[in-house]
Amino acid sequence: MKRFLINFGLVVLAVVALAIWVKLPWIGALILVVLFALWMALTRSGRQAASVTKVGIGTLQDRLGSSLVIVIGIAGVVGVLVALLAMGEGLQATLNSGGRNDTAIVLRGGSVSESQSVLVRDDVDVIEQAAGVARDASGKPMASAELVVAANLPLRNSQDEAAAQLRGVDASAWALRPDLKILEGRKFTPGMRELVVGEAARRQFAGLDVGKEIKLGTQVWKVVGVFQSDGAWNSELWSDRQTVASAYRRGNSAESVLVKLTSPSAFGKFKATLAADPRLKVEASTTHDYFAKQSEGLSKIIRVVGLTVGIIMAIGALFGALNCMFAAVASRAREIATLRAIGFRGTPVVVSVMLETMLLALAGGVLGALIVWLIFNGYHASTLSGFTQLMFQFKVGPDLIWTGLKWALAIGFVGGLFPAVRAARLPVTTALREL
Amino acid sequence: MKYFHLVWSALFRRKTRTILTLVSIVAAFLLFGLLDSVRVAFTAGNNVAGAGRLVVTSRMSMQQALPENLGARIANVQGVSSVAYANWFSGVYQDPKNQIFSFAVSPNYLDLYPELSLPADQRAAWDRTRTGAIVGAALAKRFGWKIGDKIPLQSTIWPSKSSGNNTWTFDITGIFHAKDKKDAGNEQMLMFHWKYFDENNRFGSGEVHWYVVKVADPSRADSVAKAIDALSANSDHETRTQTEQAFQASFIKQLINIGFVVAAIMGAVFFTLLLLTGNTMMQAVRERTSELAVLKTIGFSGRSVLAMVLAEGVLMLLFGGLIGMGLVALIVPGMAAASGGMVPIHGVAGQTWALGISLMIVIGLIVGLVPAWRAMRLNIVDALSGR
Repeated sequence: MKRFLINFGLVVLAVVALAIWVKLPWIGALILVVLFALWMALTRSGRQAASVTKVGIGTLQDRLGSSLVIVIGIAGVVGVLVALLAMGEGLQATLNSGGRNDTAIVLRGGSVSESQSVLVRDDVDVIEQAAGVARDASGKPMASAELVVAANLPLRNSQDEAAAQLRGVDASAWALRPDLKILEGRKFTPGMRELVVGEAARRQFAGLDVGKEIKLGTQVWKVVGVFQSDGAWNSELWSDRQTVASAYRRGNSAESVLVKLTSPSAFGKFKATLAADPRLKVEASTTHDYFAKQSEGLSKIIRVVGLTVGIIMAIGALFGALNCMFAAVASRAREIATLRAIGFRGTPVVVSVMLETMLLALAGGVLGALIVWLIFNGYHASTLSGFTQLMFQFKVGPDLIWTGLKWALAIGFVGGLFPAVRAARLPVTTALREL
Repeated sequence: MKYFHLVWSALFRRKTRTILTLVSIVAAFLLFGLLDSVRVAFTAGNNVAGAGRLVVTSRMSMQQALPENLGARIANVQGVSSVAYANWFSGVYQDPKNQIFSFAVSPNYLDLYPELSLPADQRAAWDRTRTGAIVGAALAKRFGWKIGDKIPLQSTIWPSKSSGNNTWTFDITGIFHAKDKKDAGNEQMLMFHWKYFDENNRFGSGEVHWYVVKVADPSRADSVAKAIDALSANSDHETRTQTEQAFQASFIKQLINIGFVVAAIMGAVFFTLLLLTGNTMMQAVRERTSELAVLKTIGFSGRSVLAMVLAEGVLMLLFGGLIGMGLVALIVPGMAAASGGMVPIHGVAGQTWALGISLMIVIGLIVGLVPAWRAMRLNIVDALSGR
């Protein structure tokens, strides 16, 4: 009964420690490490713990197999977790980075995305003249009415076709997206069937190099330039709106209007002006909000999947670590009992076993994160967004690596706790007599 | 088989260790079962009922409309037995989050999909009602719709003439079921008359988004597809005709390369598992050296000791793996229900079971191999004297 209560207490302790650990920022972890180092250096039991740990680590090479199991098992968990989270992060970064607070996008009321919206010529004129829209040097409103259509194109290195997003824009579109840079060639000439393609689109689809001609439907378009941007536009093909509209039989309509606001605070006025106008049934949002909303669903799904897979794998690895550490403690039972017989207390023994496990776990975490960083940082992937391809890069940032290491240490903590307690509780006499 | 109890008691010689290892194995196969079920669900293409159906879309993109009068010309192509057509409606119910798979379809559309069953009286009622709609059983259940209900849907694309905004009103006249539980994803659809759509939508008319063509002889599907595409070659509405399977496969391939992600995760998981159980097996056999020596002394041959140790590895993997896969079989229906049928998984597929069990046996043999080999080569005298 007493034993059961102690075990139960340990489980509760482990859960509480994990709960605190999850919330802990890196600075908190740093403080813990410093405090722990001070304890080791300054107190008597701390010094004892340090020397017992040294012995434990010294004998690691005799237990190479089972130590490697812990390291590689945890590397696997951290690697898979970080890779999946990096996918979600990269997707979200791509979708979000197009968003700004001083530009607004106007769609027809009730539309969730551009391809669902329709605005006629009159709507566009009214929106461009609304209060709060910035004007350029010549006094023209800085607004771009845009139209997106899907265009089937052959993929590079493959027989298949996939849909690219073809965006028809007005002349001010470039000024509205200051992060966009022309890498090669030039901008298109309005009225000509000319395309400027995103750098990611060029990588994904065949034949999008400057100077080449491609066929969309029955018409031939010429690629005249390549641009680069961090946002979703990087996956798009751009041309003049009127030209796209006539090629795709869209008449004079547009799908969205992008406007530059005089300042971020002018958005309220802009939105109110549009809402008050009886001729319009539109919804305005800042591009920051718009893109955040677009990315919400997809990156949430990826995060949930990543965490689920991570948790199941972590359980597997945790029990593997428990197994190995129990075996390690059993094989060192005599040695530990000798230490206790000559006067070492329980605490240093517990600490040393846990420290050893956590160091192995840390090594595993670093290994896993490193492998994923080497393979997946900047890895190009694509998915379907609406009807068209969206290209993005995996992003293995410091945040994610820290998350991975936290998981590794948590597994090490729990995996070491129970074997450590068993080691400390072993009756000295029985352990000494054991072979 | 007569040594089964020997193997079994060897396996549970050290309960804690075996149970800890088993939990790791259970976790690995739980993950395997879940991921492989998802992979199977997304790659399994459609079934035999889909054979012989072609999908005709615009060559420019799936969203580009085709003229309605093309249908009559397609019907005249040799080898075509019937033609139906449909439009995206893109409806939402009450909240923009409740997106509904909704299409406007031609009167004969349902005839091309024999895998969906609609009672004859409901079909007749639907045909009579201009604003009638039929919904899949899963969708009806999700929103509590019953036959006779009048439901408003907002179209995210099409404004309605009668309401002056994007709200369209439908009368539910029938609820259809999928004949095969595997196609239950189809029960998420809502279909209504193309005629109502065409007359009541404020933008243009006479356009359809895709044609579904039934060919008389599925083995000639390719040449029929070419003949259909030839009808509109060099016009401003060139078409692209694919078999239904190819059409769906291209969609899924674009979504993301699921196969690669799943394979990468599973590789990491099983590599870890191999190492872990391998290590445990080595330990277990090393501990029992003297016992194995006793077995050999009393007359067990080297080969039967080898077989027993191998059997122990396989047994451990099968025991843990089957528990894991069993858990998957319990979890999956709940998961599919929680997602409202959006995740098209219904139970663990036969191929997942087969792959899982063969993995268990192979991994069991691999982890057992080294210790079993050692046990076979064991020298009785050395082992008994503890050398």
